[in-house]
Amino acid sequence: MKAEVPLLRCRGIGKRFGGVRALEDVGFDLDRGEVLALAGDNGAGKSTLIKIISGVYHADEGEVLFDGARMEFDNPRAARDAGIETIYQDLALADNLDVGANVFLGREPETRFLGLLPRVDRRRMRAAAHEVLETLEIDIPPSKLTEPVRNLSGGQRQAVAIGRAIFWKARLLIMDEPTAALGVPEQRKVRELVHRLRAQGVAIIFISHNLQDIMAVADRILVLRRGRKVGELPRAEATGDEIVRLMVGG
Amino acid sequence: MAQLRTSRALHEQEAARHPVLVFLAAAWPWFFLFLLLVFFETWARLAYGVSFVFNGFNAQSIALFAAAPLLLGLGQTFVIIAGGIDLSVGFVMGLAAVIMARVMQSLAGVDPGLALAAGILVAFLVSLIPGWINGTLVSRLRVPAFIGTLGMYGVARGTGFLAAGGTTVPVNNPWLFEMGNGKLLGVPIPVVITILVVIAMHYVLSQTRFGQHTYAIGGNRAAALRAGINVRRHTLLLYVISAGCAGIAGLLYTARFSAGAAQAGEPLLLDSIAAVVIGGASLFGGSGTIIGTVIGALIIAIIQYGLVFIDVEPFWQFVAVGIVIIVSVLIDQSRERLTGEAKDEG
Repeated sequence: MKAEVPLLRCRGIGKRFGGVRALEDVGFDLDRGEVLALAGDNGAGKSTLIKIISGVYHADEGEVLFDGARMEFDNPRAARDAGIETIYQDLALADNLDVGANVFLGREPETRFLGLLPRVDRRRMRAAAHEVLETLEIDIPPSKLTEPVRNLSGGQRQAVAIGRAIFWKARLLIMDEPTAALGVPEQRKVRELVHRLRAQGVAIIFISHNLQDIMAVADRILVLRRGRKVGELPRAEATGDEIVRLMVGG
Repeated sequence: MAQLRTSRALHEQEAARHPVLVFLAAAWPWFFLFLLLVFFETWARLAYGVSFVFNGFNAQSIALFAAAPLLLGLGQTFVIIAGGIDLSVGFVMGLAAVIMARVMQSLAGVDPGLALAAGILVAFLVSLIPGWINGTLVSRLRVPAFIGTLGMYGVARGTGFLAAGGTTVPVNNPWLFEMGNGKLLGVPIPVVITILVVIAMHYVLSQTRFGQHTYAIGGNRAAALRAGINVRRHTLLLYVISAGCAGIAGLLYTARFSAGAAQAGEPLLLDSIAAVVIGGASLFGGSGTIIGTVIGALIIAIIQYGLVFIDVEPFWQFVAVGIVIIVSVLIDQSRERLTGEAKDEG
């Protein structure tokens, strides 16, 4: 199901930090239900690019069109409200809070205590957390739902972060090294999750150093080197060697 | 079946967490409070043939004793949960006490009720200023909390003494005296006011989004930022709350003694931090409760009052409170170990 306008279109994105050019003239399109891998060496500009799309940074040049409309996010909240959710490798969760509190972090529902005083609705948070984990077929024992998420495994925590994005109806999900801190079986689980989300029509951008990951889940691969786009190829035409060659140049 | 956990990770977690130990680590302030009471009760009965606990005068004295460090500790709890610290509270309290006395002194001719209201209002508002500056330093100018509030410790101290003219500022006002020494249903009014503040703070911390965000910032500041929480504004407010609590303590000091003194809260800074830590908060942020801080303040007050009561040299108080602080931090550390992995860097 291909709409006329792509869900996300970046055109001529440029960003400087002082005298350093972090990004220069980067552009690409992304459709609903498509998975784009961002590859590149350290300092290639991957993080800067996703931070611009997710509203953390503001691009100095170029424009981001989301759903056909030019987006001027000046903070991550605005991007989230528009349906762009970002999952950072370590920064996603408050370890001292439970699953429900993390799913609703920053957007906690309230009830009225005695019909007067605002009060965080923990019961609703817990129920919603349970529900979203169930729809994603993520298995976390109910007893763990009320414990701080630091008691969960790395894969479960990653799943909670993804679950949060889905609960908030993310249309574009950005993942920064989603499998970096995980053991092999948990990496596989996260890849399965990505496939399931794509099937539901969510567009996904993910950064990875892991070629296996890239080849396993990406539809397309965009390679950055020193802030410039040096290649964009469908997975079917890509080989590991070629991606590495583009990443390091030469 | 999506089975996300690996069996190895699961084993590590389960092995590290003995439910009984975890429970003991969480509930130890209550046990300790209980043991203290049993200890002093036994001693009082054996040595003097009187009760320590079931004695209205003792209970009242301990409550009055605990009120000021507890008030400082309430705001401190918010700040510490969010990963900060406020070293200026003692002298902010003194500043508020002096300002209140000064205002009321200069209004000596007007209606005493009016003078009291004006004193309360002005002193409370003035006490928020150092909090606002602390918050701005920490949240906007990124000064480490320890340094920024240490600077304010000096500034508030100097300002307090300057405003007081280097001495205590006496006030003669029957309403003020009533506020500090009167009773409501047999409970001293300063204690009543402290209880009301405790209830309000407990509600804010445990029930509201503001409280939830305070924990989130202390648990993982970056995650809070990414979640769209206005961390700067929130941090600013935390220091204003802390200063406001210190301000209330200052008001009650002036009321109790019918005089304002810049050094009113000088010895209370460490007691306030101790109350928070004994109550189970981590100085690394992310955990702590108002109830815990209340228990912590009571433990300190009971040790201090109880040792005097059983005629131990007063200097032992410092040793005893010091040991309790160290033990509570040790327990906190082992609790981290008991509940699994170490805390992430925020």
